[in-house]
Amino acid sequence: MNRNPYSPHTEADRREMLAAIGVSSVDDLLGAIPADARRPALGLPAGMSEAEVQSHLASLAARDRPAGAGPFFLGGPVQRRYIPAAVPALAYRGEFLTAYTPYQPEISQGTLQSVFEYQSLMSELLAMDVVNSSMYEGASAVAEAALMAVRLTGRKRVVVATEVYYQYRETLRTYARGPELEIVEVATRDLAPSAAGAACLIVQHPDALGTLVDVRPVADAAHAAGALCVQVTEPHACALLEPPGKLGADIVVGEGQPLGIPMSFGGPYLGIIACRDALVRQLPGRIVGETRDANGTRGFVNTLQTREQHIRREKATSNICTNEAIAAIVASVYLALMGPRGLRAAAGLGVERAHRLAERLSALEGCRIGDEGPFFDRFLLATPLDERTLHDALELDGIEAGGVAGADGYPGRSGLVVQCTEMTTEAEMDALVRGVTRIVTGSGEKAAAG
Amino acid sequence: MRLPASGATTAAPVLEPLLFELEREGRAGRHVRGGENADALIPAGFRRGEPLRLPQVTESQVVRHYMHLSEVNYSVDTGMYPLGSCTMKYNPKVNDRVAALPGLADLHPRQDDASVQGALALLWELERMLVKITGMDAATLQPAAGAHAEFTAMLVFKAYHAWRGEGATRRRMIVPDSAHGTNPASAAMCGFEVTTVKSDARGNIDLDALTAALGPDVVGLMLTNPNTLGLFEERVRAVCDAVHAAGGLVYGDGANMNALLGLTRPGDLGLDCIHINVHKTFSTPHGGGGPGAGPLCVKERLRPFLPGPGVVREADGTFRRSSDDRPRSIGRVRSFFGSFGVLVRAYAYMRTLGEEGMVETSEDAILAANYLAARLKGRYALAYDRPCMHEFVLSAAAQKKKGAAALDIAKALIDEGFHPSSVYFPLIVPEAMMIEPTETEPKETLDAFADALLRIADRVESDPAPLHDAPLTAPLRRLDEVTAARHPVLRWKPPSRP
Ligand SMILES: Cc1ncc(COP(=O)(O)O)c(C=O)c1O
Repeated sequence: MNRNPYSPHTEADRREMLAAIGVSSVDDLLGAIPADARRPALGLPAGMSEAEVQSHLASLAARDRPAGAGPFFLGGPVQRRYIPAAVPALAYRGEFLTAYTPYQPEISQGTLQSVFEYQSLMSELLAMDVVNSSMYEGASAVAEAALMAVRLTGRKRVVVATEVYYQYRETLRTYARGPELEIVEVATRDLAPSAAGAACLIVQHPDALGTLVDVRPVADAAHAAGALCVQVTEPHACALLEPPGKLGADIVVGEGQPLGIPMSFGGPYLGIIACRDALVRQLPGRIVGETRDANGTRGFVNTLQTREQHIRREKATSNICTNEAIAAIVASVYLALMGPRGLRAAAGLGVERAHRLAERLSALEGCRIGDEGPFFDRFLLATPLDERTLHDALELDGIEAGGVAGADGYPGRSGLVVQCTEMTTEAEMDALVRGVTRIVTGSGEKAAAG
Repeated sequence: MRLPASGATTAAPVLEPLLFELEREGRAGRHVRGGENADALIPAGFRRGEPLRLPQVTESQVVRHYMHLSEVNYSVDTGMYPLGSCTMKYNPKVNDRVAALPGLADLHPRQDDASVQGALALLWELERMLVKITGMDAATLQPAAGAHAEFTAMLVFKAYHAWRGEGATRRRMIVPDSAHGTNPASAAMCGFEVTTVKSDARGNIDLDALTAALGPDVVGLMLTNPNTLGLFEERVRAVCDAVHAAGGLVYGDGANMNALLGLTRPGDLGLDCIHINVHKTFSTPHGGGGPGAGPLCVKERLRPFLPGPGVVREADGTFRRSSDDRPRSIGRVRSFFGSFGVLVRAYAYMRTLGEEGMVETSEDAILAANYLAARLKGRYALAYDRPCMHEFVLSAAAQKKKGAAALDIAKALIDEGFHPSSVYFPLIVPEAMMIEPTETEPKETLDAFADALLRIADRVESDPAPLHDAPLTAPLRRLDEVTAARHPVLRWKPPSRP
């Protein structure tokens, strides 16, 4: 019996193949491997049946507390959102899921057209000219946008707002070690005055704390200084807010996970990157374009490939090869199902609930919304308590309360970043209000119990 | 299946309309309702000015649309996919199912350690297994794919040399001419100058050329083993020794790890680190281009520089995210922990196989490749005639002289019912056809594929011209890629908008 359950070979097959090769065993084919390094014992466990694997994984999963298990206000780039049933049913069909990069367009139109549709839908949402077929995820997309701006301007100074997601800023700093870029972090309000000599200004709207940011002056300052404006955004926000293409952004990046992709503890996700037409030759990654076949029938192909590593090698715009194509297909199915009304509804529910919740929380003694100005679907909750203390106390109540702004690296901030989406329920909001009331004001259930 | 449309005529023929071409104003899904009051909460100056022009289609239209598209997509689930360097093996379904368990799929990456003990345990076990398989000491699971791991390793190398005070001098990376394009691209992204070394007549790195290229300014060597010719580097230890003697480090591109499971460990051969293309070796679905996952395994001396955090196990058996063991970390290379859903699938697959199953996997992959090479080498030139590992490269240079290039042969394979091999890679073999059958294709399929290529070889001998028109049986004929690049149409635009 085969030790690999997926092996199709019988012993007779193996004998015939060895005979055709003219050797007596596979070992005869391993002569190039140094003899003393051949067939080491690895010390791995023995194999399992499918039923055993299923129950082993189920037992691991049972040690986790999934997001739906209690009140949940974590968010940021990764959001708990409703995934319509048809999304996985279509996008994860084997014909899409088990194909690879469409090197043979004649037999890959499913992938190619679906990705072209993703590019079209995303362009519309962002009001940008060109969207590529995907980057790994949001943070590396931001870093690649900075590298793109560096190539386009010939400058090595990148200015990024401290209200950009901290994971994105950290990743940017890591990437910058390679080409030795100068990364300057300033508050959003100081971006415009820092434009001189910069390759780009990186602004996030809505920012990491949920605040709405006036991007236009940032873009104007960047352009006046010969720099580019890179806007980090979120797909749902673009359904309700003036999209980046109307605000002066030259390159737009973000995380596409909220578009039907499970949170899955960090990945795989969907890196969004878009740019103006004039910049497309410096865009990293694959791009699908429309064309015709020899009969004149419309079809789609990977195009503008002279930007890419398999042709340009060390002169390529990026090293990216394997991308996140299935996530782009997921996003296209999601956007098609939701349509303009559904997407606006999902985004709008998050906004409504965040505002209702903020109002209730800021009515509590000592609590306030920590950042001035209008916010979108998340906000900073500042209380007299230390942020960690409050967070951990809520955690003990079974409430995933959100990020801790100060410890996460948002200078001058302290408190919880509370995210709402269409999945946030009244009961969850009640639980958070109750929890904060008890912990911060010492009243409520605890007082009653004490 | 779908029946051919009767009598429907459009100005320009299409395989399937675009979503935008299916819409009617007023159609809508009802997946999420409400939120109408949000606009009032957003100051006027911030509100979206023009309508959101997404298509208005019903769910049943969306279902039929993507079903139609799925029908015109070739995949491993529908047939053999011998794309060299890509390891298109069968992707077991149970792996997809366990990755979708709510206790794994519905976890936010910022949940506290206490609420994700199962996920952390899985990652910790996976890391241990990868380290054992590669003969390394530590790993980071963060990189999203092979190329991402290459770039991560370049940054690690740079930090290592800088820590030793040689950061300013070591700026040149050596890359063999057979290497995948991501290798030089990753080195360049890290600011290194790339020196290409040639291969010798047996398909190995030319040791003399390597020695000549080495010097005090060298960061290291990027080594793919088995290389992209499917050949095991015959003097791998001498190669690594030479690089180390010059103070450089050896990076292992582990894209071809499917040949080595339990047969040898890169860490025993002198390599300082190696990435694993989990989507290849450990059978996770390639998704039409991605996602992948590219864990990077390293020797002890590089551990302090790895991206953080990793997972550590406490004395009491609990797990915790920590960067304590990487004090000189280059920082994170992405948000959060990596392609977790991909890693879960790989973990399930590895536990299914166990050690013996893994060894058999690589043995069968090598057997299948050598078998196909033996069946084909009389009619197509084998680029290097020695035993291959899990893949091999043919040259269609002779066929090209007769009138059919590698591209024509690839397209003719489509009419024979197969996805073509990789073509024109590696660059050092003229008219390259790189064939990787994998261990999961039965012998009768391997035979049918060989028969198809032999029939095509006959056609090249007798009448090559019609091959230029292949494929004839695919959903589309050959596509005009030149016009696509010259006059790029990269999105649908409403007819009214130029
Ligand atoms: C030899 C080799 N190296 C590196 C890569 C890059 O890996 P990835 O596509 O996962 O980024 C590939 C695959 O495409 C490859 O075949």
